[in-house]
Amino acid sequence: MHNILKIAVRNLTRYKRRTFLVATLIALGVMAVQVFVASSSSYKSLIISQITDAMLGQMQIHKKGYLVSVENVPMNLNLDQHGASIVEGILDSMPDIEACSPRIRLAGMISNFVETTNIRLYGISPEKEYRTVPLLPKRVIGGSSELKPGQILIPKLLAKGLGLKVGDEVVIIATNKEGSVNGRQFVVGGIVESAPGPGGRDGYIGISDAAELLRMDAPEISEYAIHLKSFDKLHAVYEQLAARLSKEVNAEGKARFEIHTWESLAPFANIAKMIDIMSIFVKILLIAIVLVSIMDVMIMSVYERTREIGTLSAIGTMPEKILAIFVSEGVLLGLLGVIIGNVLSLAAIYAIRFSKFTFSFGMKEGFILMPQMAMSDIVFVSLVVIGVSVIGSLQPALKASRTEPIKALRSV
Amino acid sequence: MAIVVARNLDKTYDTGEVSVRALRDVSFAIDAGSVVSFIGPSGSGKTTLLNLIGCLDKPTAGEIRIDGTDVGSLDRKQSARFRGENIGFIFQDFNLVPILTVYENVEYPLIMVRDTPASERKELVRELLEAVGMADQQLKYPDQISGGQKQRVSIARALVTKPKLVLADEPTANLDHETAHLILALMKKIRTELKTTFVFSTHDPKIVGEAEVIYSIEDGVLIDRREKGNGCDA
Repeated sequence: MHNILKIAVRNLTRYKRRTFLVATLIALGVMAVQVFVASSSSYKSLIISQITDAMLGQMQIHKKGYLVSVENVPMNLNLDQHGASIVEGILDSMPDIEACSPRIRLAGMISNFVETTNIRLYGISPEKEYRTVPLLPKRVIGGSSELKPGQILIPKLLAKGLGLKVGDEVVIIATNKEGSVNGRQFVVGGIVESAPGPGGRDGYIGISDAAELLRMDAPEISEYAIHLKSFDKLHAVYEQLAARLSKEVNAEGKARFEIHTWESLAPFANIAKMIDIMSIFVKILLIAIVLVSIMDVMIMSVYERTREIGTLSAIGTMPEKILAIFVSEGVLLGLLGVIIGNVLSLAAIYAIRFSKFTFSFGMKEGFILMPQMAMSDIVFVSLVVIGVSVIGSLQPALKASRTEPIKALRSV
Repeated sequence: MAIVVARNLDKTYDTGEVSVRALRDVSFAIDAGSVVSFIGPSGSGKTTLLNLIGCLDKPTAGEIRIDGTDVGSLDRKQSARFRGENIGFIFQDFNLVPILTVYENVEYPLIMVRDTPASERKELVRELLEAVGMADQQLKYPDQISGGQKQRVSIARALVTKPKLVLADEPTANLDHETAHLILALMKKIRTELKTTFVFSTHDPKIVGEAEVIYSIEDGVLIDRREKGNGCDA
């Protein structure tokens, strides 16, 4: 094998310019893929973490049927005490769950005693909520995220519209599930910045205040938001939770609960899918570049060296060794391209990180793109290029190995 | 004892509408250890005959046996293996591998054809390079040496596996007269040392005299056999 590789290396250095050009083409293809995948993954991760860690949670559990009516904020589909205790019991038993936060969602009116407008609110337990959506406190751009009893965190746009500032008093009016209209006075404890995605423009009050406002005897939970110890286990934990929850049925034998990952809750999931699809297409493009380049150069090489192939065959070189020489050439060419490509990719990615390239998403600006090349991507792209190099060189190599020496020796 | 025995060889090339009968009912035998030449004008069938002896082509009719093996019945892989084990080739255009040095060109058949251990290889290559007078040029590449030197390397490559039979198709065609004689003298010298059978083709009557047995071929028909020394026709 060592000798076959030696011959392959010599043949590649024989046509230095051609080898350089093809290796450069492959390297640029590899770099394009790596930079695109790293940048798009960084973008995707950043936005997903903004969505899940700033308001939504990575997963949510509701009473069955809640999500389809979520726009109406259906109070009659909140979990009662019994249902909530079942869910909490299940969540407490799951070691992969870092934190969970019970929420009461409500829609109502807010008044600054001069103007009145609509508002959507989350009733939360601050300590649990901030562990579940750890970026939420950072969204509080004025006042404090402490959210003491009687305080409200007002969305930025609403605060601006109503001319509210920290310390101002407001009245929240809401209708409970029985239809009675209730009101309560709150003090603006903080201004919360808008976040991309559903619920990104909602305000926050304490869960006890929400229960009191809605005249609940005990908090009736609209949803449980969940934060995992490792986001990578999202789907595995989802499967486990879904299996556990599906065993809980109501008197009619139907499922009591429903569980959704962030992908079902945020429209950005579709953009994330599009990014994944684009990554696949970019990878296909790389495969095409490598395949065409390697095939082209190897076909040319076999054509130019027909007489040499005839000589090697005539003096007794077995066809499989001739095949191995040409496949090795293709693989080494691919390997050279992928090594240069990965080095260039690392340089390009560090350049992007160093330049602190920023972008905006929704109302939020100043996201810094921090692409990172995962070892799995390096291994995957390298294996793909080498695999495609084998495929690309196989046909010309087969042709070479099957060449009749007498015909090959006659060629000029 | 004959190393090559050919009986009633026929070779016809079909090139679409035209059929060319390159060999007609050719029979001969070549003794082991002899130096044999096939002479004749261009297109007479010398190369076709050497290709058949060298297992590079198959006869349309007839039989050819080399060291007892009916080489016409071998498939592509068997032919390659047989060539590697029994036959050495010296080409008119030398056909050295340009990316390999003189040493590596001679070493090539030992690595890629015979799988000879490295320790043995070194000794064999050194011996042959010394025998052909190229030991001091072993690190050069083919494009750095003259035509005569290339043919010396080609001879060393053909002999390094110690084949029973060496075939040379017009080995001196691209060499000047003096170098041609030197190359043939070298072939004969090595033949004596290694007891290898040399078969070469030529249309140059000046170098034919180097052969011990001379076959004349014309229009695909073997017309004459002469042995050097007694000068008698076969």
